[in-house]
Amino acid sequence: MLPSFSYARPRTLKDALTRLSASGAHPHAGGTDLLGCLRDGVFDAREVVSLSDLAELRGIARTKDGGLRIGALATLAELARHPDVVSRYPVLAQGAAAAASPQLRNQGTVGGNVCQRPRCWYFRGDFLCARKGGELCYAENGENEYHAIFGGSGCHIVHPSDTAPALVALGATAVVASAKGSRRVPMEKLFVLPAVDIHHETVLAPGELVTEILVPPPPPGARSLYRKVRSRAAWDFALAGVAAVVSVADGKVTNARLVLSGVAPVPWRVPGAERALAGKPLDAASAAVAARAAVEGAAPLAGNGYKVDLVRGVVEEALTVLATPATPA
Amino acid sequence: MRIVLTVNGAVREVDVAPVARLLDVIRETLGLTGTKEGCGEGECGACTVLLDGTPVNSCLVAAAQCAGRSVVTVEGLGSAERLSALQEELVSHGGAQCGICTPGVLVSAAALLSRGGVPTDAEVREALAGNICRCTGYQKIVDGVRAAAVRNAAAARGAS
Repeated sequence: MLPSFSYARPRTLKDALTRLSASGAHPHAGGTDLLGCLRDGVFDAREVVSLSDLAELRGIARTKDGGLRIGALATLAELARHPDVVSRYPVLAQGAAAAASPQLRNQGTVGGNVCQRPRCWYFRGDFLCARKGGELCYAENGENEYHAIFGGSGCHIVHPSDTAPALVALGATAVVASAKGSRRVPMEKLFVLPAVDIHHETVLAPGELVTEILVPPPPPGARSLYRKVRSRAAWDFALAGVAAVVSVADGKVTNARLVLSGVAPVPWRVPGAERALAGKPLDAASAAVAARAAVEGAAPLAGNGYKVDLVRGVVEEALTVLATPATPA
Repeated sequence: MRIVLTVNGAVREVDVAPVARLLDVIRETLGLTGTKEGCGEGECGACTVLLDGTPVNSCLVAAAQCAGRSVVTVEGLGSAERLSALQEELVSHGGAQCGICTPGVLVSAAALLSRGGVPTDAEVREALAGNICRCTGYQKIVDGVRAAAVRNAAAARGAS
């Protein structure tokens, strides 16, 4: 059993957004993160607002401009096997397939995967850490082998999502709605570093909900890939990973977007590595240069220096795989 | 709140608290104790059931979310008197030791076998990735699931 709260199952998005504007209201999509957070007392809910009856938040479909519209309630399993995602956005299908376990992918949604709370064991445990309103980041001088090597200041969580890095790499946009209206937020701007807001992982204001994600058409000549390193072969969070979208024309890289997972409080774009590839042939040499650039500025803690090597390796490996002609677009 | 759902083929109407998990309804309200609670946080898969045909962790599903939906628990796969091919093969391959993970393993494996064909070892392991066995008996489980798939495929050929 879970702590006490009231439960609403609105029939319309308007009603749901009105209910979510109340303090202490939380949206309930798949619930795989929400129920764990409520059970562990990570936060309390006065009212849980089920999104189950909101058909307009479901589905994955091609848009008129040749892009993709993903309803926030699309499950990770749907995303991982959707033919259009698999063939045109491999990085996203692979990210969804690499997340969690089969059971969790069947239940968990893309909206929830992007907006899930961090897995830091101090944040999830009985510690009033800085993110929960306390004074300290217990990881800073504590057990920090799974924590951030980039972007940590006052809090060293890593962003746990495998789909968010892919969506950032693809230049996707989140549609965010509240009782007051809706707005579009580029996925890259959806996430905030602790230096900006230590209590939240996204720019969502209270009462705002991600209702859908829009992915632009894949750029011509684009190849993409998500590579994830974890402690076991399946069902684990990333120690480090990379979502790579690289466009090649006439043998030269025209555009590259590389976004790391598991190493920073937000999906971590590495512009230095992207610049290192621009105008170069995509080959072992440029992959090695980009991989070195990807770890510039890394600030590991006492227990997670291995992640620097891991990032270098995973970026080099991903780019090397993308460089082989057999890689599907 | 009262909800109506189908459990193992039978329509059931149950009174559920907002805070109840599907696991609580299955075990406490309906008395179907085949489904086990392991970790209670979606890590171990002992509580796996089929929700509209796909495996989910019933400890992370709110009961209120299940109105109008179909649930299959391990009791719905076969009975002690009439085991399914999957259950028989897990028994004969020694694919169960302490037994706590077994109901969840059976449900995940049943979902895999319902797709038809004979999965590879890797496909079985991927389908069972969310079912943790702390007796470390994975190979015998994989062998049992594949043997059941072979039997089911042969039976399907015989029937056609």
